[in-house]
Amino acid sequence: MDGYLKEHPILEFKRGKKIKFFFEDREIEGYEGLPIAAALHAAGIKVLSFSERYNRPRGFFCAVGKCSSCLMEVDGHSNVMVCMELLKPGMKVRRQKGKSQKQ
Amino acid sequence: MNSSAKNQDPRPKNNIQNFSSSEFPNFDICIIGGGPAGLEAGIIARRLGAKVMIIDDNPVLGGQLIKQTHKFFGSKAHYCGVRGVDIAGILSKEIKDLGFDVLHNATVVGYYDDDIIGVLQHDKLLSVKARAYIFATGASENMLAFDNADLPGVYGAGAVQTMMNVYGVVPGKRAVVIGSGNIGLIVPYQLLQAGVEVAAIIEIMDKVGGYYVHAAKLKRAGVPIILKHTIIQAQGRDCVEAALISKVDGKYKCLPGTEKTIECDMILIAIGLSPLCELLYQAGCRIDYIPELGGHVPLHNEDMMTTQKNIFVCGDLACIEEASTAMLEGKIAGAKAHEVIYGETKQGKEIAQQAKRELAVIRSSPFEQRITYGLNKLK
Ligand SMILES: Cc1cc2nc3c(=O)[nH]c(=O)nc-3n(C[C@H](O)[C@H](O)[C@H](O)COP(=O)(O)OP(=O)(O)OC[C@H]3O[C@@H](n4cnc5c(N)ncnc54)[C@H](O)[C@@H]3O)c2cc1C
Repeated sequence: MDGYLKEHPILEFKRGKKIKFFFEDREIEGYEGLPIAAALHAAGIKVLSFSERYNRPRGFFCAVGKCSSCLMEVDGHSNVMVCMELLKPGMKVRRQKGKSQKQ
Repeated sequence: MNSSAKNQDPRPKNNIQNFSSSEFPNFDICIIGGGPAGLEAGIIARRLGAKVMIIDDNPVLGGQLIKQTHKFFGSKAHYCGVRGVDIAGILSKEIKDLGFDVLHNATVVGYYDDDIIGVLQHDKLLSVKARAYIFATGASENMLAFDNADLPGVYGAGAVQTMMNVYGVVPGKRAVVIGSGNIGLIVPYQLLQAGVEVAAIIEIMDKVGGYYVHAAKLKRAGVPIILKHTIIQAQGRDCVEAALISKVDGKYKCLPGTEKTIECDMILIAIGLSPLCELLYQAGCRIDYIPELGGHVPLHNEDMMTTQKNIFVCGDLACIEEASTAMLEGKIAGAKAHEVIYGETKQGKEIAQQAKRELAVIRSSPFEQRITYGLNKLK
């Protein structure tokens, strides 16, 4: 859990319960109630999907649910905006390829 | 199919019947966006006696304020010296005390016939109908086109601010910031506070865009602000590993041979914001291009009324400005939306007049010349 700010001169971070979730079948720890994207970046994962035509890696851009650059597959659903969707225990998160086939 | 033949409208018909609307009785005023503008609009309309609902897509109210750890500028009446995040707390408490209906984690996704809006909350699609609407959706960060601009690690500066100050996660260790407006100066300073290195701030103009005090703090901290330069490429395989910058001439053309590589794992784009007015297009409000106000903006009068008389706007959506002006515009919109439903009241009139006077004072400052010029185009 190295990617989280521990000390800050102004802010104090109240975090939820420490939980486990899955990224591409790999078990990762995160805090419940954080956006999935925040937990992934704290774990050093920046590539969230691959573009449809040229298979280029994609990450988030706006972090406030406006740009659709962070769409991933979550629990079998594609096109989930992970900068807004909050983390729950046991969630299965995968990198999306293009539009993805999942419903 | 139950569409009648007389309806020749070529637009696709919306499946309104799929909405579940039972939970929400009709409201007087529905406010879309819970930033400083929307919250002030709600507080005023509620105080005047209207039945108000606020819809916001975040878990907490406050909009941009929740990530602003710095103390605000302006006058005492407009929370000068108070940190943005604390202003959000003050306004949220007032909303709570006034007994509001607030829909959190709910995104307004469409404006339909008969003045109904569609709201997506988790897996539910809801419909809401109000007699007047106040849109306070704010703005989104502009992207910049350069080679490899889609590489992970190229982020909006405000996006990194959200990750860092709201969630306590910094998505990198060493940043290059593009643009030296107030956001391009404040976010790197906050990165330093969080222990992140800032390699440089790149500015295409020949002077810093934001307030001098912010720039001075960075200079003292040893962060170079490189003027007359722009980014031409993000470098790296899967993620950003460096930024390639170049000097520009008087016409902003890159000068060959002046390229320089700066190692970094984040490139923060801070080149401005654009109003989020998609829903207003759907609602039939007239939108015009006024670059001084932030690009495509909804036309509105001094009462913050759009070209549709039941639809009002306020805050960054109406004009990219600042939190204090957003709150004042919100007050006007709240009072005037109440007025279209219930008619003029003495109290409502006074609130709007007072807010207009305060706006005029703020906008008389030389920093606001561009805004005033843009606002004159609305007339
Ligand atoms: C880094 C930075 C520093 C700043 N510093 C200062 C400063 O020192 N002083 C100052 O006065 N101002 C400052 N500002 C500017 C100020 O924060 C903004 O002008 C102000 O927040 C605008 O308020 P708003 O209510 O219009 O929009 P916002 O604060 O953006 O709020 C809009 C809200 O609406 C929500 N929303 C949008 N669309 C929908 C939808 N379809 N459905 C539901 N909800 C939706 C958004 O998620 C958001 O919560 C700064 C801004 C930034 C980014």
